[in-house]
Amino acid sequence: MTSTIVAEGLHQRYRGGAVALDGFDLNVPEGIVHGLLGPNGAGKTTAVRVLATLLGFGTGRAEVAGADVRRDPASVRERIALTGQYAAVDDLLSGRQNLVLFGRLHRMRAREAGRRADELLERFDLTGAAGRSAKTYSGGMRRRLDLAASLIRRPRVLFLDEPTTGLDPRSRNQVWQAVRGLVAEGTTVLLTTQYLEEADQLAGRISVMDAGRVVAEGTPDELKSALGADRLEVVIREAGRLGDAAAVVGRVARSEPDVDPDLRRLRVPVTDRVGALTAVLHELQAAGITVADIGVHRPTLDEAFLHLTGRVEVTA
Amino acid sequence: MSVGTAVADGRVMAGRYLRHVVRAPEELVIYFALPIMFVLVFGYVFGSGMAVPGGGHYREFLIPGVFVMTMFYGIGATGTGIAVDLDRGVVDRFRSMPMARSALITGRMAADQVRALLEISALVVTGLLVGWRWHLGVPKLLAALALLLLLRLALSCVGVALGMAAKNPDTVATIVFPLAFPLSAISNVFVAPELMPGWLGVVSEWNPISATTTAVRELCGNPGIGADSWPAEHALLLAVVWPVALIVIVGPIAVRRYQRLGV
Repeated sequence: MTSTIVAEGLHQRYRGGAVALDGFDLNVPEGIVHGLLGPNGAGKTTAVRVLATLLGFGTGRAEVAGADVRRDPASVRERIALTGQYAAVDDLLSGRQNLVLFGRLHRMRAREAGRRADELLERFDLTGAAGRSAKTYSGGMRRRLDLAASLIRRPRVLFLDEPTTGLDPRSRNQVWQAVRGLVAEGTTVLLTTQYLEEADQLAGRISVMDAGRVVAEGTPDELKSALGADRLEVVIREAGRLGDAAAVVGRVARSEPDVDPDLRRLRVPVTDRVGALTAVLHELQAAGITVADIGVHRPTLDEAFLHLTGRVEVTA
Repeated sequence: MSVGTAVADGRVMAGRYLRHVVRAPEELVIYFALPIMFVLVFGYVFGSGMAVPGGGHYREFLIPGVFVMTMFYGIGATGTGIAVDLDRGVVDRFRSMPMARSALITGRMAADQVRALLEISALVVTGLLVGWRWHLGVPKLLAALALLLLLRLALSCVGVALGMAAKNPDTVATIVFPLAFPLSAISNVFVAPELMPGWLGVVSEWNPISATTTAVRELCGNPGIGADSWPAEHALLLAVVWPVALIVIVGPIAVRRYQRLGV
């Protein structure tokens, strides 16, 4: 598979001198959604702005859709589109006028630009509002218009910088749907987000960023299992039997369980999810211990994320 | 990027700024109302007490100055327009597109020229209604209007540079308006410099606004061309030199500011 986005050792400082990118590496194959995940200030937006030719960079090398970002930004711009955190549309113009304007700037003839605008308005459910000023649009409508503007010419690479921040669930689903549709047509998407659910939903691979560099990379499942094994959790009815229960669970899982007396809960890492669950349940019943709740939990992406960026010690 | 595509992109961008005028005409109304108000306030309220050196009607003296002042206030419109674009992030989209980067600036300046023509037309009508006339024929009138457009072109450059520097429409307003009034007051727009205290009169004579004002008065045969000072005698020359100098100095600053947005 060929790489559509390549970044090698990118360094970039803010004007004040603080480091924004500190050896940022990225390799995104063609035709997937790649998530760039990280807390505020991790450098996600800087990375996207550098790759989209909006921002220069210090040292390093970057290539997007086969063109060198530093040496040939014009070719990069021919092949990309960018939808940022804030809808980059003209507030005074109507939705349709916006799309026609961007079409014209893509060197379409007036008639072609008009036709494309109507298609996109239809596709993003904006036909009814086509004549209204963009400033009268709701947040979700603006974001949809912004996304539509990115799709006037189908880009080979689409940068989506926190595309659903502040959107209601319905608009968010519409954006997600549009992204999935694009990828099905062959566009490569680099998605930055703070929402782990969003990355989980859309991204085939995820890079976790912290302090200007990638600290972990993999599929969402790989990242979750990087945190460790699944955990078996048992809550028992009588606090007095916690000691007995711990002995049973420890024997089955071959590992000392965590005991939380307040919640009457025991937790232990397991490898065989179903086997461990049935065995523990069976043994506890045999020992006459009443189980109030039992389950096996995979670490959430949130936990994986916090663990990887070291923001909070995750004790599992 | 060829010159042809840069021109085409600039034209699309000019169309965009003109569409703004159509879609939000209230801004233009303000820019029309302000000079008309000045004509009425100075022409009728203060004007009864104003003297024109060498004689002549005060409103004939005033109108060329208001033409120039209107061009001058255009800095605010240009600067605000550019700052709004930067503020809202729409410039990010333009910069990530394969379009000529010059188009934002050339488009804005072209649209400003069209706006200036509209503003001048409204003022010509107002002037005729209050008794202003051109006395030296249409060719000289057109030359005067051309000088006004040249001044507006230079001030567009200033406005673009200001908008790029401020990046925020409110900042532009707080810079332009407190500066615009004294700059137009300390010129020969309302009062002849020879009636001012010595040093103020000198500042006022050399003010770029005064040069174009005197030139327009001269070309329209309006009174108050002024004393025999060097700037007054070479007003036509200065009315060309000042704007060209501004374009040469500020134009590159504006372009560099725009190119450096991403650095």
